[in-house]
Amino acid sequence: MTQNSLGESAVQKTVQAQSKNNGVAANITQTQPLWLLAEVTYRCPLHCAFCYNPTDYDKHTQNELSTEQWIQALRDARKMGAIQLGISGGEPLLRDDIEDIVIEAKKLGYYSNLITSGVGLTEKRIQAFKDGGLDHIQLSMHDITEEINNFITNTKTFELKKKVAAMIKNHGYPMVLNVVIHRYNIGHMKEILEMAEALGADYIELANTQYYGWSLVNRSQLMPLKEQVEEAERITNEFRQKAGSKMKIFFVVPDYFGDRPKKCMNGWGEVFMIVTANGDVLPCHSARVLPNMEFPNVREHGLEYAWKESPAFNKYRGDDWMKEPCRSCPEKENDLGGCRCQAFLLSGDAESADPVCSLSPNHHLIEKAIEDSKNPVLSEKPIIFRTDKNSKKYVAGDKERIEDFHALP
Amino acid sequence: MENDIQHANIYDIALHHRFQWEEAQNSYVILFPEGMVKLHGGAGEVIKRVNGKATVGDIVTELKAAFPDAENIEADIIGMFDMAVGKAWLRKVN
Repeated sequence: MTQNSLGESAVQKTVQAQSKNNGVAANITQTQPLWLLAEVTYRCPLHCAFCYNPTDYDKHTQNELSTEQWIQALRDARKMGAIQLGISGGEPLLRDDIEDIVIEAKKLGYYSNLITSGVGLTEKRIQAFKDGGLDHIQLSMHDITEEINNFITNTKTFELKKKVAAMIKNHGYPMVLNVVIHRYNIGHMKEILEMAEALGADYIELANTQYYGWSLVNRSQLMPLKEQVEEAERITNEFRQKAGSKMKIFFVVPDYFGDRPKKCMNGWGEVFMIVTANGDVLPCHSARVLPNMEFPNVREHGLEYAWKESPAFNKYRGDDWMKEPCRSCPEKENDLGGCRCQAFLLSGDAESADPVCSLSPNHHLIEKAIEDSKNPVLSEKPIIFRTDKNSKKYVAGDKERIEDFHALP
Repeated sequence: MENDIQHANIYDIALHHRFQWEEAQNSYVILFPEGMVKLHGGAGEVIKRVNGKATVGDIVTELKAAFPDAENIEADIIGMFDMAVGKAWLRKVN
């Protein structure tokens, strides 16, 4: 035993991969999934304008996997090495079998996390989750003001969220809050952090909106100014320095205002595996927007096939697929060319550099998006909320505001 | 050394953290909301003895007996405690 085997260097470097649903710390090079995200339903009582779910989600609300199919997926993924389980949606609590899923997760040795809006969480259910061995609950909060909470979610859920936060705390759970940041709440950063502290939060993730699904449709309405993001980050750093605060704060920087793209999902098919409500298996949340790709489905193939053999999971592993300027870029290992979905949605070419990169030939698309968000004619257009009605419109072929992007449902 | 690690101190795994052997990783891991750290051999040997009852001194004695050939093992063990307390993976119970 040496210092090397015990000290800081003994612990493999972990990285925070970013996504709407959290970073999960994970090894950089994996041949096995570490994180299984179970998007158990696309149904949701909230109608958040920034939701990353697909605009055509309504197609997948009638063909959800059964409890038995979910339990099989949990078992298969665990065999392959998955250890962190996220139970998400939609609103997972709209299913009445989350209790069964939690019990199975515990049995299998997962560290399990329920990602919820809090709607549908009752004393009875939280007690069942506790007894079943659920490890933590991540609650989404939206703002310190009732008005903005209710506006951005298109529901009256402000008081309920505060009650649910107390319930989570009372049951001895770590308080993990996720706040999606956008134009309407970015000016309240200090108050949001104070609220989180007052609620006894152990962790808070300040997730600047990334633009996929519904949030892409509402991009000009949601995007804050660069100066606002910088100010928000300054306030966050100041809060972190505050003596005595034990709350861990993650500030997820919005990539539109960065020079380099994010290493999306910590690499395609490296650590994340997502099973969606209808059983599709994806390497990232929005992969279904990509063209000419057929994703495996657990109804036809097991997860082992999906991870190891499916053409979809292998397509963007490594860097053979890269084009210039990524291919010869000395920084390609750092970001792997960014996000394939973002590249496709904005440029129409899934293999091109993420337009977020200042070296991308399509970087002007990002500059234009930032300009558009300052253009009152565009930014004052009404928000299109994530509702079944709006989704049905998209499924039926309506192209309102999605025709600018390449992901037509 | 940032945290004052004394032989009489007793630690336990921090609340909301879980320590377990992970077959797929072939190592011990600590799990917590949003993350995981993988512990290499020596680090795992220390943390697996942390149980809310054994003192740091007990663990040093036990590891010295288990790894008689390891040089300077005590400093390594104290260093591991220091890091684990600093990272809030462990909490002091006495």
